[in-house]
Amino acid sequence: MYTKSAAVYVAGVGVVSAIGNDTASCLLALENETAGIGHITSLDTIHKNIIPVAEVKLDNRQLAAATGLTPSVSRTALLGMMAAKEAWNDAGISHQNNLRTGFVSANSVGGMDKTEAFFTAFLKDKNSGRLKDVANHECGAVTELVADALGIKNFVTTISTACSSSANSIFFGARLIKHNILDVVVAGGADALTKFTLNGFNTLQILDKEFCQPFDENRRGLNLGEGAGYVVLVSERVAANIKEKLYCRLSGYSNANDAHHQTASSPDGAGSYAAMKGALALSGLQTTDISYINLHGTGTFNNDISEGTAIQRLFEPHYPKMSSTKAFTGHTLGASGGIEAVFSSLAIKHNIIYPNLRLQTPMQALPFIPERVFQKNVNVNHVLSNSFGFGGNCSSLIFSKY
Amino acid sequence: MKTFIRATGNISPQKTFGSEPGASLLQELVIQKGNRLRCAEPDYLKYIDAKFIRRMSRIIKMGTAAAMECLHEAGIKSPDAIVMGTAYGCLEDTGLFLKKMVEQNEEMLTPTAFIQSTHNTIGAQIALLLQCHNYNNTFVHRGLSFESALLDAIMLLEENAATTVLTGAADEITDYSYAILSRFGLYKKGSIANTDLYNTFSRGTLAGEGAAFFLLSNQASAKDYATLDALYTFYKPAGAKEIEEQIAGFLKDQHITAADIDIVITGRNGDTKGDTVYSELEKTVFEKNTVINYKHLCGEYPTSTAFALWLAASVIKEGSLPAVLEKSATSKIKHLLIYNHYQNIHHSLMLVTAC
Repeated sequence: MYTKSAAVYVAGVGVVSAIGNDTASCLLALENETAGIGHITSLDTIHKNIIPVAEVKLDNRQLAAATGLTPSVSRTALLGMMAAKEAWNDAGISHQNNLRTGFVSANSVGGMDKTEAFFTAFLKDKNSGRLKDVANHECGAVTELVADALGIKNFVTTISTACSSSANSIFFGARLIKHNILDVVVAGGADALTKFTLNGFNTLQILDKEFCQPFDENRRGLNLGEGAGYVVLVSERVAANIKEKLYCRLSGYSNANDAHHQTASSPDGAGSYAAMKGALALSGLQTTDISYINLHGTGTFNNDISEGTAIQRLFEPHYPKMSSTKAFTGHTLGASGGIEAVFSSLAIKHNIIYPNLRLQTPMQALPFIPERVFQKNVNVNHVLSNSFGFGGNCSSLIFSKY
Repeated sequence: MKTFIRATGNISPQKTFGSEPGASLLQELVIQKGNRLRCAEPDYLKYIDAKFIRRMSRIIKMGTAAAMECLHEAGIKSPDAIVMGTAYGCLEDTGLFLKKMVEQNEEMLTPTAFIQSTHNTIGAQIALLLQCHNYNNTFVHRGLSFESALLDAIMLLEENAATTVLTGAADEITDYSYAILSRFGLYKKGSIANTDLYNTFSRGTLAGEGAAFFLLSNQASAKDYATLDALYTFYKPAGAKEIEEQIAGFLKDQHITAADIDIVITGRNGDTKGDTVYSELEKTVFEKNTVINYKHLCGEYPTSTAFALWLAASVIKEGSLPAVLEKSATSKIKHLLIYNHYQNIHHSLMLVTAC
């Protein structure tokens, strides 16, 4: 039974990224304007010291110690558990009280970090390579490692729509609550850096050899990042008992397709325009109600002009404050929607706006300039968070003060 | 809420695709030897623009062609939403990029295989071909990838966010995945005919693959095959007792009993251990039911329930079981229940009913 008007609340958040191993340390880095980008240390690749990335500053052994998972599993599962566990503990919901609980996760390449290690031996001899390195190759297998460790069983699934994956998992989770299928959903996504994605993006020639500069006239491309971000979504009934825990409400969401090109965005941002417009329509808000946009803002030439043009078409002449936090965290692909949902929830709770780091020359084609400094005591009522991906998959979420 | 199955498109190892009007369901059984069933691929030029075909891998072609055939049958140019399920994604492109990355030591790589390795490629290619800007999602959850996509589609229809949803699943077997999954002991050792799948009494099953799409709607039409009345999944049940309870609970929620089910389609796959789950149920919940199996037709793969849903919908449309299944219904076929488990981890139930 679907109730359109049923509210869905964010009752817990958890994040791990290049700028911090938990929510508090990420917030501190955002306030101190400290980016997490640097040389590659975790991957054995020829691109070391050439292509900068945003690595989480814990190795697999440290992540395993912090999460209770074994260090030999995919780093994507380790990162996912790190953030999902923080979110779960933050919400403080127990499994005891007969709540129907789900885990809706997202990632782009599953256990690829282990698969690529396996392949070196496997290609030489089909009977070589450690099987346990491919046991969790599937995207869903990575999700289940985390779901099992969290003790979540009622509903578990995984979405993979490239860079919009975890925005989609969050709003699918919210819909499961609105349909009265679940009471509580841990939703978001995780992705570890892999040689597969690093080389893949490198062939597309969209990786910046310097620190990325989203929405800058002279932007050169994106920096890949890794991490995980989860929110704990709860129904009105659950929220009523934990009012002091609530961060915000997920008031709007929408998914649209650009239908332009497998990897490039259309010049006028047809997909991103439709996603933002759809999310506004569902939330019942006007463009002037939005306090802040957490941009997709990858720093590629193509994304930023396409997204910027879509924002101009939709918001002109009143532009909310906006910034891309990817200048801090890098582009974390399947995790980005989850990480940025956490940042959006924190912006509302703490009334803060994040800076768009390293913005030197604003884009000439756009009539607005993203925020350049961290701001406190701003009334942040509604945050629009954008996540756009390969395959034209565009999703927008709106978080609102409750 | 009833979900109407208006049209289907199914590329499988059997002759299930683009059959002539009036041709009866599964007229003959395609018998393949070995332990790996391959899809019978159509002439893609009928379904996809030639300039797109050149760049597409096999699974992308199969998925896209199945989707196009489904839309063609429905008489719809473009749906209100596209929702895909795939457990493995585009394995051929993934394997190709990995191979080159390793063998060329990360040098001189080209982007095509990487671009097309993304799990959402099929859904995206369908949107691109149709110029469809609507909702587009891809679920990648192992043995519940198709069920998750179906749930999303049903929810979209209930929300009135869509009146037509193109939903389906695609998974392929490649030489790499076959070699790796064989080492995990998934498949039977040595060669058998698919027709002997249930008579070997040994470990393992047959590798399978397929791409099947459905046009689902919240509105009835004259073309409808059947309705999908309910979908339910459960994860890692504690044992036979919980499985029984879950199935009984599902039937109760639907206000029917096992006696009301005319045919049960189970996911029996020839693996002695996994099949005990079905054997137990045939002694209890399904004791008095006519039970048929489908995995000798398409092999085992995580999204094989898309084939099962196609079979269920087609049997209802046809009004009888095809002769190749060697069973007949004792009554007019009204309710058909699909029950499958994938490695006893992912379990799903679908209730399909005549309109």
